[in-house]
Amino acid sequence: MYVAVKGGERAIDNAHRLLAEKRRGDPAVPELTLEQISEQLALACDRVMAEGSLYDRELAALAIKQARGDLVEAIFLVRAYRTTLPRFGASEPIDTGAMEIRRRISAAFKDLPGGQVLGPTFDYTHRLLDTTLAETSPSPSPHPSTVIVRESGRSNNNDVSNETDTEVFTGYPASAGHDESVSSTAAMPRVTDILGDDGLIEPCLPGDPDVPVGDLTRAPLTFPAGRDLRLQNLARGDEGFLLALGYSTQRGYGRTHPFAGEIRMGEVEVEFMAEEVGFAVPLGSITLTECQMINQFRGSATEPPQFTRGYGLAFGHSERKVMAMALVDRALRAGELGEERKAPAQDEEFVLSHSDNVQATGFVEHLKLPHYVDFQSELMLIRRMRAEIATRDEAREAAE
Amino acid sequence: MNAPAYNFAYLDEQTKRMIRRAILKAIAIPGYQVPFASREMPMPYGWGTGGVQVTASILGPDDVLKVIDQGSDDTTNAVSIRKFFAKTAAVRTTTRTAEATIIQTRHRIPETPLSEDQVLVFQVPIPEPLRFLEPRETETRRMHALADYGLMHVKLYEDIARHGHIATTYAYPVKVDGRYVMDPSPTPKFDNPKMDDCAALQLFGAGREKRIYAIPPHTKVVSLDFEDHPFEPSRTPKTCGLCGADDTYLDEVVTDDKGGRLFVCSDSDYCGERRGAEKTA
Repeated sequence: MYVAVKGGERAIDNAHRLLAEKRRGDPAVPELTLEQISEQLALACDRVMAEGSLYDRELAALAIKQARGDLVEAIFLVRAYRTTLPRFGASEPIDTGAMEIRRRISAAFKDLPGGQVLGPTFDYTHRLLDTTLAETSPSPSPHPSTVIVRESGRSNNNDVSNETDTEVFTGYPASAGHDESVSSTAAMPRVTDILGDDGLIEPCLPGDPDVPVGDLTRAPLTFPAGRDLRLQNLARGDEGFLLALGYSTQRGYGRTHPFAGEIRMGEVEVEFMAEEVGFAVPLGSITLTECQMINQFRGSATEPPQFTRGYGLAFGHSERKVMAMALVDRALRAGELGEERKAPAQDEEFVLSHSDNVQATGFVEHLKLPHYVDFQSELMLIRRMRAEIATRDEAREAAE
Repeated sequence: MNAPAYNFAYLDEQTKRMIRRAILKAIAIPGYQVPFASREMPMPYGWGTGGVQVTASILGPDDVLKVIDQGSDDTTNAVSIRKFFAKTAAVRTTTRTAEATIIQTRHRIPETPLSEDQVLVFQVPIPEPLRFLEPRETETRRMHALADYGLMHVKLYEDIARHGHIATTYAYPVKVDGRYVMDPSPTPKFDNPKMDDCAALQLFGAGREKRIYAIPPHTKVVSLDFEDHPFEPSRTPKTCGLCGADDTYLDEVVTDDKGGRLFVCSDSDYCGERRGAEKTA
């Protein structure tokens, strides 16, 4: 009973025991292991790592298990652990250009150096329920390496040829007599860099290395927020919220004419500058997904028309998230690019203040807490006002 | 576990009848967006669910289907949709424009002129040509009802005032049969003249936005413009690096990271036919 919230210590204990029982489910069904979650619900782990802002697959799997598959609850658990961790400093900037590619596609060009690498994707699957998955099966024999590089000029990419199940499409017949001298050191140049060489897209200037990168988990967010804080906020932001906002820009509420210039997913090395030894020490590699949106810009009195950028980056294989993030990032730059700000996705304060699902779920769900003291005062007020109106009406009737 | 069974061309017959009614209404009112009860499809919204529903509803066992995306049959999404119908309807598929009875397309109209035995089905992301001027559907429907297209002309005029020309390169608005302003789907404006007086029936399906519209055969389709700034279809002023065509729409292929580019016909069937004809000649 709800009344038990008041002094209901035993009720709370019982509720949590019941929760533990429900979490386990039917004891006749084998219990999930963290390895099973991390391996077979890998994308759920990726989302929890991304929005939990903590790159640890095992903890993400644990959080998902503890949260009974409720990902926002799992993100909450990870965040509540992360906040207790000591901070040693910031890593060196990662170089996604040097990514060990598992997936790389561009919607802006039919073909480009490095080719279109589909990698593991739901794209182009038909969403027909596959009943063969209903039964557990013995592990399939590993696929032979199916690297198909249909164009000799493109086969020099070691990253791709290390990968099984990767097909590189080149999209046009191999008879096309084009330049085959593709530099092996630049096998997967970023699409935005290719456009940048022609000056067709705004430059992306590196930040001042002497200015520390902002961190909204260590300092309260103020407006207007810089690019670092905006991107941090969006990278931690709720996928569903960003997805809806990004979608709204596509439907005319703050349109930015986007093209998916490039989406890449793979492993990137993280380095940390160790003051004691005086050079950057590699810490290991992490899986990242990056999206560079190419958006229209009509030019201004001082600048010629050129494409502009929207940027998305997240831990793990988080494609929907980074695409939505890139759309929202670009929409939020409306003020900076001299565009009229009238849609929700262009309103920095609105977006950045409501993107965090741990904050949002906490405050929405706090309405479950007892509020009867406040409610009592509202009751008194509404009764008094109704009584006043009734008295006034009676007085008027008596006068008539 | 019971394996689900699917009807010919995936959709159930009741749904197909509902969609055919919408199509008939759309043909009766050229360029008018007919709302229809779009279904959830086994591919994502925005990937051609409208076109797939239209195709599924008009497809018969004797039809020959061609599916293109960006003008090409071997583009990933075209491959996927073609495989979908080959699997669910077991119809014959082709890459040859002239052979097909139904052509489903995304972003292009084939270079080869279409005949009256053919139906061209467009996949449409945003059917409302006024959407980027007025985001509210309640408003845009009223504007269409009153043929209140002033806002569109003001937008085109502002483009000219600011840039010296109309800065819309794809999804360039047209007026159909002198009445409705229509979005041709995001085809390059190069393709707009092909819609005018076209012998084939042109059907447009927007699944997510739940709209179907049509251009009946031999209907007048005019790209919006001004007397002193007439409409100009545009293409990259190059020739195809494979077949040498100088009058087709071209794709730009990046060949290296040192500025190397190759231009090829976006319509892969047209390009292939031309090269085949060269060899046999």
